[in-house]
Amino acid sequence: MTTSTPRAWWKTGIGLVLTGLMLFPVYWMINVSFTRDQDMRATPPHLFPTNGTLDGYRAVLDQQLPYLGTSFLVGLGTVALTVALAAPAGYALAKLRPPGGPALSFVLLIAQMIPGIIMAMGFYAIFLTLGVLNTLPGLILADTTLAVPFGVLIFTAFMSGIPDELLQAAVVDGAGRLRTFWSVVLPVSRNSIVTVSLFAFLWSWSDFIFASTLAGGGDHQPITLGIYHYIGNNNQQWNAIMATAVVASIPAAVLLILAQRYVSMGVTAGAVKD
Amino acid sequence: MRSTTETSAAVRDQGGAASAAPPGPPPSRARRPNRWLAWGFLAPVTIYLAAFYAYPLYRNVELSLREYTVRSFVQGGAPFAGLDNYRTVLADPAFWPTLTHTVVFTVASLAFQFTIGMALALFFHQHFPLSRTLRALILVPWLLPLIVSASTWSWLLNSDSGLVNAALGVVRVDPVNWLTSPGWSLTSVIIANVWIGIPFNLVVLYSGLQAIPAEMYEASALDGATGWQRFWGITFPLLRPVSAITLLLGLIYTLKVFDIIWIMTRGGPTSSSATLATWSYRLGFGNLLPEFGPGAAIGNLLIVLALIAGLVYIRIERRQQLR
Repeated sequence: MTTSTPRAWWKTGIGLVLTGLMLFPVYWMINVSFTRDQDMRATPPHLFPTNGTLDGYRAVLDQQLPYLGTSFLVGLGTVALTVALAAPAGYALAKLRPPGGPALSFVLLIAQMIPGIIMAMGFYAIFLTLGVLNTLPGLILADTTLAVPFGVLIFTAFMSGIPDELLQAAVVDGAGRLRTFWSVVLPVSRNSIVTVSLFAFLWSWSDFIFASTLAGGGDHQPITLGIYHYIGNNNQQWNAIMATAVVASIPAAVLLILAQRYVSMGVTAGAVKD
Repeated sequence: MRSTTETSAAVRDQGGAASAAPPGPPPSRARRPNRWLAWGFLAPVTIYLAAFYAYPLYRNVELSLREYTVRSFVQGGAPFAGLDNYRTVLADPAFWPTLTHTVVFTVASLAFQFTIGMALALFFHQHFPLSRTLRALILVPWLLPLIVSASTWSWLLNSDSGLVNAALGVVRVDPVNWLTSPGWSLTSVIIANVWIGIPFNLVVLYSGLQAIPAEMYEASALDGATGWQRFWGITFPLLRPVSAITLLLGLIYTLKVFDIIWIMTRGGPTSSSATLATWSYRLGFGNLLPEFGPGAAIGNLLIVLALIAGLVYIRIERRQQLR
């Protein structure tokens, strides 16, 4: 690709400005997280955290670690459950052509469209009866609904690309279906497992609606509720609020840095067929 | 496109694995495995769907058809009320304003997200140094937890100390009570929602642009077409299927939006930024005395809207696959 012409660099300049505009709120969050309380209401606001403080982050360490821990555990549980449910389903839909398979795909597509608030109300009624309100397993079960349809979609798409000869070779070697799935299909589907896991983790980490309805009254509250309580308490310590927000954004940042290509893949998978 | 490179990488891996395996006899006998056995692999997800999608949905419908109190919610035995909850909701003076807010919020969000996303996609499609990196960075707003974005915007739009009002002050515009005046609250949540939605539109439209063969543009360049003519003559028509799907997915997501509005304004002040989703939440969870029946009824109305959009989406997708 022709790159180093002056015209191309000029476009890079515009690109930097556009990206800067889009990311300005993120910068502002970071800036405020370092701002001292007495500078918080300065006019005009300080554009850089000169005289910055780490008080906000100290507050995070003091108050938010249990919330972060809960979010982390719920995230891991959601990933495990999502992959365990979606990977076999993707394999079956992609390679075994079960009767009724298309109907199941259709149901999954519809399931994605159900607004969270509706699921939350149904879950609340059920969890109350089962006694799993305000527990980790309850929240994991609910958060898994965010990613399972997406997971099946991704696994089906990628496992369709596995050549049939490979699977037949395994059968010839005497492997059953379960063994083929475990020692042939899963290893070659590593990329799709990574994609699904990343999104499942991110969605469960970001979830607010299930957290606030199903875990809002208990000891196991995730970080989204940690931030929400900060705001709701009429707490005017905005550096602490924004510091928590910065910490809560770390998984998204890590995801983008480590797994950029998987992210674009996940975003487009649902929308574009090639 | 991404998925193609991905698949080919997988295929390469498999090539290695297959050649490493001892050469067995060619698969001569045509095995016809029982395809019903495949349901063994589908059983977990099917049970899960039934237990955690279908049953909550059923409970929600049931909630909307009964006269629930806190007591009967816990102990059962709520009397059947037919469509009373729906009548209550439809007759509520808040119904039409809330529906209007939902429509305005959705249409305005989609229009701005799509237009800005399209402009950015066209810009980044020109491939300049750093374009990949910058494009990836723009994804950040979409990946952030909604509560993070919503609280950041709350502070940016704060009446007294927010940066937006400070910036308006520089150009001698009076400060606006973005979140606390009924006239501006809906605009404020739309601004935040557009910001969050732009990256999704950018990425999907960008991948659509990449699928347009370069020869099309070369031919029109030979014909002396201007950039603007190229856009309306080639890009826009060829991008129409992807655009339709982007907008419909956006519609489904936007109808569901709850977090941003609830965190920024709680639907207020005086319900001026309430949508069906926040109203439903307020009735079910936002008050000391929950009204699950009407809350569930609103939720079900919302789901009907989402399903209509969803069915249109599936229809368009099917038609494209046939082509």
